[in-house]
Amino acid sequence: MIGQLDFWLMLILVMFAILALEVRDLLAAVGVLTGFSFLMALLFAELGAPDVALTEAALGAGLTGVFLLLALVFVDRKSED
Amino acid sequence: MTSRFESIFLFVVARAMVPLIQVFAFYVITHGHYSPGGGFQGGVMLAASIILLRISLGEESYDRFPREAGIVIGGFGALAFALLGFASMAFGGNFLEYALAVPGMGAEELRYWGIFFAEVFIGFLVWGALVAIYDALESGGVE
Repeated sequence: MIGQLDFWLMLILVMFAILALEVRDLLAAVGVLTGFSFLMALLFAELGAPDVALTEAALGAGLTGVFLLLALVFVDRKSED
Repeated sequence: MTSRFESIFLFVVARAMVPLIQVFAFYVITHGHYSPGGGFQGGVMLAASIILLRISLGEESYDRFPREAGIVIGGFGALAFALLGFASMAFGGNFLEYALAVPGMGAEELRYWGIFFAEVFIGFLVWGALVAIYDALESGGVE
């Protein structure tokens, strides 16, 4: 475990989470959420949980983005609220 | 996807990536009982390789991996996993206790192979179910 790396990964994670909530374009929000999942997988691997990291990388950064993009086909791209 | 355009880079990269992803997925599934990974993670990777085919090749991918195959593979995995669990109950143990009476196998070896086959069946289940979810989403709920 490297404290410096933990700190910066956490900071970027929080920034990505806020960005995913605040961005108006839903396509960009899906991209930011995928990046969030990938950073989360890096953090899990760095904290010594390779099993969870593998799941997060395969499911969070891989399939969830595809499913959300498919769902975007059926709704408006711009966020209303 | 509703609209798409042909791209030689997409085809070449997808064709190179899909077998590699599948080999790594089989590695993750078959080594799941003593290293990171397992049936769920490997199954997700197998589903991701099929979904990469679906996105890059479009309609052509339905010839290679038909629409019904997702449900069939997922159903086979769920049924085989349930049968493996109930089989040990038939021999007097608990659910998934691997208390089968296989001749020439000790309790440790039996547990080893029991967990191995449970991982393989979970891999089939997750693979089929995720591809089926993708197909249902892509067709908008209509066949």
